[in-house]
Amino acid sequence: MSVLTAIFALLFYTATVILVAGLVAKIRQYARTPAPLKIPTTPAPTTRGGVVARLFREVVFFESLFKGSKWSWLFGWLFHFGLLVVLVRHLRYFTEPIWFVAALAQDIGVYLGFVMLLGLLGLLARRSLVDRLRYISAPSDYLMLVLLIAIGGTGLLMKYVARTDIVAVKAFFLGLMRFDWQPLPVDALLLIHLALVVVLMIIFPFSKLLHVPGLFFSPTRNQADDPRERRHLAPWAAKLDATRTAGN
Amino acid sequence: MAKAKEQFATPKLADIPIIPAIAPDAMAHSRPFVAKPEHQEPLGFPGELVDNWKEKALDKMGEMLGKYRSLPVFLDACVKCGACTDKCHYYLGTADPKNMPVARQDLLRKVYRRYFTVAGKYFPKLVGAVDLSEDVIEDWYKYYHQCSECRRCSVYCPYGIDTAEITMAGREILDHIGIGQKYSNEIIAKVHKIGNNLGLPEPALANTLEGLEEEVQEDIEVDVKYPLDQEGAEVLLVTPSADFFAEPHVDGLIGYGKVFHQAGISWTLSSFASEAANFGIFIGNYENMQKVAMRIRQAALDLGVRRIVVGECGHAWRVAYSFWNTLIGPFDFLDPNYPVPQHVCEFTYDLINKGALKFDKEANDDKVVTFHDSCNVSRASRMGDMPGGQFMIPRALLKASCNHYVDMSPDTIHENTFCCGGGGGLLTDDLLELRVKGAVPRMEALKKVIDEDGVTHMAAICAICKSQFTKVLPYYGMGMDMIVSVHQLVGDALVIGTEH
Repeated sequence: MSVLTAIFALLFYTATVILVAGLVAKIRQYARTPAPLKIPTTPAPTTRGGVVARLFREVVFFESLFKGSKWSWLFGWLFHFGLLVVLVRHLRYFTEPIWFVAALAQDIGVYLGFVMLLGLLGLLARRSLVDRLRYISAPSDYLMLVLLIAIGGTGLLMKYVARTDIVAVKAFFLGLMRFDWQPLPVDALLLIHLALVVVLMIIFPFSKLLHVPGLFFSPTRNQADDPRERRHLAPWAAKLDATRTAGN
Repeated sequence: MAKAKEQFATPKLADIPIIPAIAPDAMAHSRPFVAKPEHQEPLGFPGELVDNWKEKALDKMGEMLGKYRSLPVFLDACVKCGACTDKCHYYLGTADPKNMPVARQDLLRKVYRRYFTVAGKYFPKLVGAVDLSEDVIEDWYKYYHQCSECRRCSVYCPYGIDTAEITMAGREILDHIGIGQKYSNEIIAKVHKIGNNLGLPEPALANTLEGLEEEVQEDIEVDVKYPLDQEGAEVLLVTPSADFFAEPHVDGLIGYGKVFHQAGISWTLSSFASEAANFGIFIGNYENMQKVAMRIRQAALDLGVRRIVVGECGHAWRVAYSFWNTLIGPFDFLDPNYPVPQHVCEFTYDLINKGALKFDKEANDDKVVTFHDSCNVSRASRMGDMPGGQFMIPRALLKASCNHYVDMSPDTIHENTFCCGGGGGLLTDDLLELRVKGAVPRMEALKKVIDEDGVTHMAAICAICKSQFTKVLPYYGMGMDMIVSVHQLVGDALVIGTEH
């Protein structure tokens, strides 16, 4: 058991705990904070079923972004779709026997790695070239893209340029999950790739990546347009019912 | 009172709308008059800047983060994708980058990050977090009064982030440290005291309505009534007080009266609740909004009406449609066969569908009409029983009353509509430059249909839109009387006097 293996094992445990605990804390905060008034952006669906459909279209097709900016939509969607398939493909390193969905993503997954990178580079270009976007960007906004590009880039390099001992990598991750540590190959690209993933996992709950849970709690998107039919009352607002009065 | 200086050039209207390059601080001089203690205190706010303003402001922000889910979600979720950056009429009209919705949010977000997030506490420079300073407060005051809370940005945001919510929160914090905006707070104080934005007492109101009856009598020789405080009437009509005086608003009120008359439905206005507008929404203050709205519940109960109908007013309709049930409901004392509340356009549309109204469209043949969708009606409420009814119903009324109707270009109507430039508590002369410049996108769309389709009139269903257009149309070489009330056109074409 090398020191390196131990360090990475501990890093992944720590990052997982921070990611999960951080997200749970944030989701709990969002879920517990009331939305006292009906504020769906209309036209909005009038039923819960309609709201589910609206959120589905937002999550899967980025419907509002499509209306807002075709370039952001194109690059953003390519990146997210690419990332999704790449992540599914990576499940092969965490499942034995390989989960059939991960197996399905095997061939297409590597191409989508390139699609993902293309999307990220497009987003970075847009952020640095359009004056309005430069104005609203903090260093963290560029770094987030650079981080994702580096993760995707090192991944593709391992696939096409300097292949790593993927069997050993899989053994390492299966070992992590079974608390039975296996040696991690000493391979610069792999270590950079994994270290950056650890960074991404740790910053997730403290960064704008909170847009992932945020969307589901956004009152302008998740409320049904039915205020006349149903009285909507937050607990703190309900208390005011007893004391409310008109002017003097 | 100091006169707002008019030292600005009216923008040139482009044939094809352009997205301007950013011009930092282009509107850094725009700052509305600050409320005096007598405007602040009746609303429950400190009269002037409190000593421990920084602590108070952060306390208030913390409190609101726990009361309004929109705040933590919207402040956390933004990825700075830029989709909103070219959507605000104030950015398009002024090019000041702080008028881009995301930048306007960032004025609050950077303070939120500094004091309420791990990243901003330990790595402020990295994530663009800053300390709360006097400069920040000054920016809040200026730029949260350059947002009309129109929600256009929220249509295009992938997470539905609504800058109106952020603006309201910003104004709420400012009010609580003693820096309120004179225009809005003075008006709210007037409503609390007298019952309407204009400060119009009952005798003046009664007098005005009598005058209207005489005017209509002279005009069409029919005895149309404009009743006040009539107990036992079927319908309580609550309408913006501008409808009693201002042009072209009053022509809309005349039109409502004609519809009620022809339908044979008894109705009344209330001197206690003589205002549909509710500026409590503009300052984001729940308690004041509730108190203003409570007058209407009270009046409906006192007068024993069976229905409540709301006149042409954008933000008032948002408060009525979206918030009344929460603020002043339940309405179990009203007739369950009708929506509560009902928009006057829904009311008229319903009568048309029942065959209760006949129109002589030729009465409006001298006009080619277009329709300005008001933001609060379009993006924050609904009419009728299906999504988008708020677009269809007013147009149906116009088409029932006019032979010549055309729409403006699709990216400027329906949920894409542009604010008139004067909404959200900005309809004051100390913000005239902002109002004129903020009207650019709407003026460009209007000019196009004037040039291409010979449009002569633009109808609207919002008192603020009507006042704003009356003021700014002349800046762009268009006649101030182009702007009309929907119910003016309805009333002019309505055939009155035959059997019901």
